[in-house]
Parts: sequence; C-alpha cells; structure tokens
Amino acid sequence: MLNGRRTRLDVHPMKRLLDVLREECGLTGTKEGCGEGECGACTLLVDNRPVNSCLVPVAHVAGARVMTIEGLRGRHPLQRAFVEHGGAQCGICTPGMIMAAVAVGRKPALDQIRTGLAGNLCRCTGYEAIYRSVMRAR
Amino acid sequence: MIGSIANRTLLQPKSLADALKMLRDEGPLTPLAGCTDLYVALNFGTLKDVRFLNLWGLERLRPIGIRAGMLAIGALATYTDLIRSPVVRKRLPMLVAAAREVGGVQIQNRGTIGGNVVNASPAGDTLPVLAAADAVVVLQSAGGVRRIPFNAFYTGYRQTVRRSDEIVVALEIAPIRGRQYFRKVGTRAAQAISKVVMAGVAGTPPRIALGSVAPTVIRAAQTEAAIAGGASLEAAQRILADELSPIDDMRSTAEYRRRVAVNLLAQFVLGR
Amino acid sequence: MIRADLLQRSRLEGLQGSKSADRVPAFVPSDNRLMTRSRRLNAVGRNVLRKEGIEKVTGTVRYIDDLSFPGMLHARTIRSTIPAGEIVGIRLNFDTDGFTIVDHRDIPGRNVVALIEDDQPSLAARAVRHVAEPILLLAHPDRDVLRSADVEIEYRQTPPQYDAGTSPAIFKTIAIDKGDVEAGFRAADVIVDGDYRTGHQEQLYIETNGVIAVPDPAGADHGITVYGSMQCPYYVHRALKILLGLPDEKVRVVQTETGGGFGGKEEYPSMIAGHAALLAWKSGRPVKLVYDRVEDMLATTKRHPGVIRHRTGVTRDGRLTAMDIDVLLDGGAYATLSAVVLSRGVLHATGPYGCDHVRIRGRVTMTNTPPNGAFRGFGAPQTQFATEVHIDRIADRLGIDPVRIREVNALRPGDTTATGQRLGADTSALQVLREAVKRTGFKRRRRQLSRGLTPGSDPSRTRPLRGIGLSLIFHGSGFTGGGEVKLASRASLALTERGARILVASTEIGQGTRTMHAQIVAETLGIPYDAVEVNAADTGVVPDSGPTVASRTCMIVGRILQRCAEEMKARLGRMTPKQYLRAHGPLMITKEYERPAEMRWDDAMYRGDAYGTYGWACDVVELEIDRDTWEVKPVMFTSVHEIGRPIHPLLARGQIEGGSAQGLGYALLEEVVMRDGRMANAQLTNYIIPTTLDTPPMDIVMLGIPYPHGPFGAKGVGEMPIDGPAPAVVNALRHAGIDLREIPATPERVMRGEVSSFES
Repeated sequence: MLNGRRTRLDVHPMKRLLDVLREECGLTGTKEGCGEGECGACTLLVDNRPVNSCLVPVAHVAGARVMTIEGLRGRHPLQRAFVEHGGAQCGICTPGMIMAAVAVGRKPALDQIRTGLAGNLCRCTGYEAIYRSVMRAR
Repeated sequence: MIGSIANRTLLQPKSLADALKMLRDEGPLTPLAGCTDLYVALNFGTLKDVRFLNLWGLERLRPIGIRAGMLAIGALATYTDLIRSPVVRKRLPMLVAAAREVGGVQIQNRGTIGGNVVNASPAGDTLPVLAAADAVVVLQSAGGVRRIPFNAFYTGYRQTVRRSDEIVVALEIAPIRGRQYFRKVGTRAAQAISKVVMAGVAGTPPRIALGSVAPTVIRAAQTEAAIAGGASLEAAQRILADELSPIDDMRSTAEYRRRVAVNLLAQFVLGR
Repeated sequence: MIRADLLQRSRLEGLQGSKSADRVPAFVPSDNRLMTRSRRLNAVGRNVLRKEGIEKVTGTVRYIDDLSFPGMLHARTIRSTIPAGEIVGIRLNFDTDGFTIVDHRDIPGRNVVALIEDDQPSLAARAVRHVAEPILLLAHPDRDVLRSADVEIEYRQTPPQYDAGTSPAIFKTIAIDKGDVEAGFRAADVIVDGDYRTGHQEQLYIETNGVIAVPDPAGADHGITVYGSMQCPYYVHRALKILLGLPDEKVRVVQTETGGGFGGKEEYPSMIAGHAALLAWKSGRPVKLVYDRVEDMLATTKRHPGVIRHRTGVTRDGRLTAMDIDVLLDGGAYATLSAVVLSRGVLHATGPYGCDHVRIRGRVTMTNTPPNGAFRGFGAPQTQFATEVHIDRIADRLGIDPVRIREVNALRPGDTTATGQRLGADTSALQVLREAVKRTGFKRRRRQLSRGLTPGSDPSRTRPLRGIGLSLIFHGSGFTGGGEVKLASRASLALTERGARILVASTEIGQGTRTMHAQIVAETLGIPYDAVEVNAADTGVVPDSGPTVASRTCMIVGRILQRCAEEMKARLGRMTPKQYLRAHGPLMITKEYERPAEMRWDDAMYRGDAYGTYGWACDVVELEIDRDTWEVKPVMFTSVHEIGRPIHPLLARGQIEGGSAQGLGYALLEEVVMRDGRMANAQLTNYIIPTTLDTPPMDIVMLGIPYPHGPFGAKGVGEMPIDGPAPAVVNALRHAGIDLREIPATPERVMRGEVSSFES
C-alpha cells in the first residue's frame, strides 16, 4: 500500500525505496540528502514507523504500508504548523522532518520531540522553529 | 557515488530452511537484513558483493524471549524491538541503553542486532554489551546449529568464525548478576559513531568490554583479573591503559581514546 | 511500474513528480488553499505566511533533482586524485559507445570559471592544483551505465604546499592603518599577545549542488538554459558566457528551489553549471549533474581556515591603546572569492571596539587543497573569534570583568572604526551587551559558577565542569566599501491586475527573500501581502539585483524595491491596478541602487565607510564539560541582536537561531580532517553537524533601532548570527578552566587544553 492505495511495481528488488518512489512513482517529495542514513531527508513511514528510504531495498516493503509526505495530502496539522511557525526554511529537510514528527505522535513533550527528530538534520533552523511547529500543531 | 544494482541479484527465501538451503547450494551469498550498513556501502560505491540473500522477511528470527533460562534474542530483532522488550529491559538494561544510542529512530527501526554482530565493526554499539554479557552466538546452516561464545566470534578486524553457509540466527545470554554499565562516547549527542564504547557487569569477577579501542571489540581480561584480585582503581586503570591498542584516525586520537577508557573504568568501578 | 491510473490521479492532485516535469514552471505563489489569508494591509513587521510555505510542507515544491527533461542525460565528473602535479595520460577503460565525453579541448570559449581572478580552469588541461579538481566529464542516458565507467588518469606528482603561512603564492594582501600603533603601545600599561586558529567549515546545505543544462531546441548554438540550485544567477550567467563564448541573450539561468546555500552556492554553481552546459553543448541534449554528498564535500568550497595574531596595548583600567592584528587565511588552490573574504575579515578584525591606533595586515595564500570560498560570515567569524577570545584574555590579565572591558571599549554612535568610518545613531554595541548581561544575570551566574570551580568544591568530581562566556560582535550589512556602487544592482516591479509582481535576481534559499520582499512592496503600495507575486529568479526576465550574499538582500535590494513601489504608488494615484492597466497599459518600474549621499570609500587606502551600516549582537553561552570525556554541552544560549527593524520577525528569528546553531557546530563539532590534501571525513557520519540533541534551548532577543537607509529601517541579518557563538563558547571554556585558542573545541582539544592550563 502506497499512501493508502494498493500499488504494484515491477522493479529490481534491490532498488532503493527512495529511487522507486522518485523515479517510478513520480513522488519526489521524499528527498536524498546523504545516502548514509544520517540526515533523515528521505524519511517516510513503513507500517507507521519512520525509516530512511535510502537504506531500504524495495523488496522490504512488499506487502507493507508506505506513507510519504504526499500521503498526508496537505491536511495534516503538522504541515500547517510548519508554515505558521517557521519550521520550514529552505524546505529540503521538511518532508522527512514532518514524517518523523508524525511518528512522534500527538502532544509530545519537548524531550520526545528532540529524541524523535534526532535522526533528521536541519541546517537552517537550529531546530527551535521545528520544536515550536511540532508543539503547536493541532 | 552510488553503486550499480543492475548486475546484482537478491535471492528471496520463503523460510529459514529455504534460506539455509540457498546458502548451501547457491552460495556464496551475502545475507542482508536491515541494510543500515550494507546499503551505506552500496550508496558509497564500496560494496563489492553481487549476490545477496534477503533475510528481512524471516519472522521466526525476530522474537525475543526466554529459552531454557537464557535470554534468547532473534538475530532480526531491531534496536526498536530491543528498546521496547520488557525482558531485555529487565535482564539486560545495558543492551537497551546501547540500542537507544544507535543512530536515530529511523536506524533503530531497521538495524538488527544480528547485523551489528555480523558486520563486525570494532565500533558496533551493542558489541561490548554482548561481550560483557558473555553472550553466545547461535549459528545455523543446512547441516545444523552451532553455538560459539561471543568472545570467540571475532578473529580479527572485521573477521568472524562464521562460515559462508551459516547465518547468525540468535544471541543467547545467561542471567547476569551485578550492576550493568554502558557508556558510549561519540562527541555528538545523537547518531554518533563511537570513539570509545564500554560495557561492564559489576559481578564477581567483574566483566568489562570495550569497543573502538582495538581491531575488534575486546574484553579487558587483565583489568578484570586485577579488579577481582583487589587491585586499587589506579592500578586497574594503568593495566587497562596497557591492555588497549587504540589508533589515531579521522574520528579521534589514540591518546583520547585511552584516557577516556581509563576514566570510564573509574565511572564503572565507582558506580557513577 | 506503477499503475497508470494511480499516476493519473496523482497528477490531478497536483502531485506530479519528475516523470511529468518536462517543463520548469515559473514560480507560482501559493494559493493558500489550506490557510486563511492574511487580510490586513500592514504587512511589514508581521509574521505573514512564507510565500512558498505550502509547497514546502507538502513536498510539491521542485528542487533540481526533482526535475527531468525528455532525452535528458545524466552526468558525472572525473576528478584528480592528487594534490599537485600534471596530467600525463587519460585512459578510458570502458565502452564509450553512447557516452558524451568532454575535456578541456571541448570548451568553445575560455577555460575559466569566471569570477574575480579567472585563475581557475573549468577543466584541468595539464596542471592539477588540488585533489578533486575536475578533469573530465561523462554523460549517458543510463545512470547505472554511467556509474560503471572506469577512467584511469596518470599523473606526474609535484610536492604539494599545505602550509598557508609559508606559501609563497599570495592571492591578496590588505593593510589598514589608523593613528600610530607604536605610539599606542607606548601609551599602554600592559601588552597582551595571542595567536588564534580556526578550522575549515563545510556549509552542509542539505540539498547538494546540482544543475540541469538544456540546449535550445533549435540547436545548441542558438543558446542554452541552465536550471539549478544557486544563490547568484547572474554570477552563473557571466561564467557561462565566458566559458561558452556566447553573448548575453544566448544564455539563460533559472534558479530552482534551493535547499540551503550559506555561501556554498555563491560561486560554486558557476563551476557545475559550466560542466553541465559543456556536456549539453556537445551532446545537444539536456544534461543533469547533481552531486552526491561525498562528492559535494570533497570538491566544493569551504570556510577559509585562519591564523590570527593579536598584539594589544591596554591601560590598567582596560582601555585599548593599540591593536596590531595579523590575519592569515588559507585560500586553497584557486583565488575564488578569497580577496573579498579577506576584506570582510580584516574589516571586522578589531571587533566592535574603538581604538585610536590600529594596524591590520591581512593576507590570503594558496595551498594545494580544494579552493575555499564563501560561507556565511565571510571572514568575519574567523577574525572576530580571535578578537573576542583575546579580549577575554586581556580582561583576565588585568583582573577586570569581561563585561567591563567591553563596556569601556565598545563602539558608540559618533565613534570611528579602523577605517575611519564615523558610526551612526544605530550603533548599538552597548545596548546589546547590556541587554544580554541583564537577561542572563551574567555577572551573578559567572560568580556562582566560579565558586563551584574553586579547588575542593567538588572533591568527588561527580559534577560536570560548568562555565559561562559571552561575545560581542558586529557585522557590516551589504557589500564592502564601493562594492554596492560597482554592482549597481537593479530591481523591477510590474503592475498586475491583482497588485504587483517582483522581479529580482535575489534568490530564496530558505531565508525568506520572497516573503520579505513581498512584505516591503505590499506595505509601500498599501495592498495586501497576497496581492504581491514574486517572479522566479530567471535571468531571462529579471534584472541583475546582484548576488544573494553579504546580508544585502533585505537592506539593499529591499530598499530598491521599496523605491520602485513608491514610484508605482505615485503613478497609480487613486486608480486601482486594474483601472491603471486598462487606461495606460503595462507598467514596469526598474530602479538602481543609490548610494546614501554621505557614504565615502577609498579602496586604495582602505579608508572610509566600509559598510552602509552594521548589525550588533551579544551572545551568552553556558556549558557543561564532562570531566571524564571532555565532551562539551551547551546548556543555555542567549543571543541579543540589533538588526534594525525586522521586516518579518519570525523569519529574522529563524536566521538568528539557525546561524547560532551553525556557529555552535563551528565552535564544537565541525572539523574538516585534511589528509594529504583530501578531506578524509567527507561523509555526514564523520563530519558531524549538530542534531536536535546537540542544540541548546535558545533565547533570542531582537532590538530594533531603525537604520534610515534600509527599507522600513531594516538592516542585514543573515550572516551575523554565526560570528558570536564560537568565541562565546571558548570564553565559557576558559571560565571553566580550559584554555583553548583554537576551534573546533573537540573533546580531544579540550583534553589537551585542560592539561596545558593545569600545567601553566
């Protein structure tokens, strides 16, 4: 299931999930920042858990539920909050950051946010505006 | 530069038996699971292997439980599984501490303990825990099962006793008495590669293991013996300093690693 | 493949990806589907919604790697593996069928990356000056095939030069003299010397460098368009004209959404754009060239490492009588922007202090390492690190308080700088200092912590060491000296049915250019913020507004736009835009930079008004040092900035918070390990930048003292936040008993600093 829709793909099983989404599915919201699982720009949810899609062979999501930033359809409270509170500056880390924040859950404490987003690097905000965005998302 | 996948193949076994058969009959194959190390190598273009065996779907290798009094951790247990496991929290809290310090949440959701063991990096975060816990590595091939003490598993830098037809299926840990200690030092607060990592069990005798200070994870046997024999902390620290063989690399210096290890020993011994 | 009906539906929802992105759409302002529009007219000073905010949080905005063109080739750069020598032979160990291959002989124009000195080749012909220098370009439709191509290069090596101090090749020297420094030393009660060192720093924008070059469909010789991630489209435009030997109108450069720059996309895009263009020129097909992270770190520019020596005369009560400062920067292998970086460095070398007798000598030299270039702060972080640590050491020597010595010497309105610039009423060093000291209870906290540091206060050594330190800094807004006059930047404003469209070459790279410019225009015209659109930074359409650098986009370009809007408002009179367009046809107003009447600059003597004005800031940091591991953790960070009137307080705060975090990384974590002229830790795993868990809570205060020549009183803000954290950290370390004069203050250095301070 990709963003709630049953999806069939015929690709090399070792192709990176990131590349499959970007090249085969036209879903370019998921970004590549490093290719080593450090920056988190390629974060998406597999069965509701955040993973780095640059380190996932597409074979590993056969039968799984994959949710990307596009799957939030612009309706998630976090998306609105990131615009209102300055959580997105250059925007390249934003889709991955929001997907990791989705997994942190509702009404998190600051410590939970910091731990839950420790795998997502942002070079623009110093993270403060991201915390404000996550805490104020309703 | 990312490596090409066009010339690589992935075998997809339906069961453990199937996987073991493929290893025996169609090898050599490189097993892959969480891919948090292997795909980094692929992305950097340094991965040489071309034929792979997909273990990720083998759910039988994932459970964590108690078997014959031993804590048995399936090789495919992820760091998240370890963090959330009540039995691991109860019996081996130092492993939970280690798992929490691996990467970010994304890596914790994918990386497996079996992968950490087989990848054989001297900086592997869980390895000193398994060394200090005197874990047993359960290896299985089509021919059967063999159990190797974790502390005999590594034979050199990134070398293990695993045969190419075997996979690590589980880790077994006998009950541990005594306070457990874990500390990873990696400069950055999250998702750092360790400069020094140490795990310890304050029992009789004490058990002390370190990573990133030698070509493999090591047990500090002489230091353990000295402490058991009633040596002073200062004497034990001197022995530990001699027992380590750290190097200068792009992440740190030998001097730093040695001095930090010695200070961590004091933390461990004094229960700080 | 994904089912076609799914793709179809995605399209309907506006979620197209690379497959359907055959055409780069001009930037279309958000229709704010999800948001309530701000309906109030007064836009300036309000936190209106970022223009492209919705697109960014929904993942629909397109960065360069999200775009694709029919028939597009992928490209790869073959680079040198030696630091110095000559290319002897090149062997292509692959089937070249289907490949486009370009070397220096394929360059139709001049083989240079045109910038200041024109010393850097686009592709090395024979001589190699650094590791990762581009030699050969390959393009192929299939990325997998491209990756597997093996090229072998044979070299004759020559001894490399790694020491900037002994390098005989000097890119630039600058001298600044004020008063008589020897007389100043004679008047001193105490003379204090100090040497300070700063390391490389990688910008580490999360989007790597990348471009797509598209030849004109009528054939390459008709012209070329380059899309890409960049700060300065007109820099790229000029470099392409010279490389390809084309006239203005045959080269078009379009900035695509840019995932961070920090200076790293100031000059480097001229290099990568040239490479893609050469391949497109030769193949006649669109060519995409996007670096991976390792390549980006190995090959692109970094912050110049610096060695700064101070010799300072001071009276017993802390008054500076003489400042003798020597600044050495390591330029790397080619000149790039080194001369200008040095200029900003020396112009900030005294810090925000008045002194009658100053001698500054600056020099930037060549080494066989990848060229260093622009990075937020541009020389000022290096020199002000040295000054601010030195000032604390002077205070220690005199036995006076670090706040007191700064109060005594801080520049005040009417004071003169080292270049003789008389400062205006917006000179606010004292205000930011006093506000930061008051807000943090600095003096009391410092005393408290000092008591905790006395011997015997913690016999079991269980508590971490703690220290608190501060820094006082300033930062010039806009280009140096006569730079703005030379640039003669232009901005245009077009009347639309709804309001106005902004046409500038200033780029949105995360800092909020579009939003803040639209606010200035809306406010001036008295129309809603949403009625102002911003055109893409496309050299085919927008005038040359100068580069997006030097904290100039708001204060300089924003002011030109304000003047455009003032004239538009006068022309409109009482008519609505619609009425005007019907009555008079299209209206486009273009204005050029106007120098404030009183500004004077003598470039030969380095005398006069170095900058239109300055921002001022004081940072306070409290930190903990682990006694066992020497790891340093900032636990509290306060920054008081005076940046004139902020146009968009939330965006301005974002600049301060982000710049401060980058400054803390510079201070504590970020170390480029150069081995044999090569960055040995060119991975995010090993070049570590701050994560959420490394960044302390930040208390940010903005004092707004309006600058009369800025739009609505605004000054620059982008760079200053990175100047202060490093010296504040090192001063806090010194307070805790760790004596360092070098950054980054890694645990390994802190360990040695502890040893040396206990021994001395």
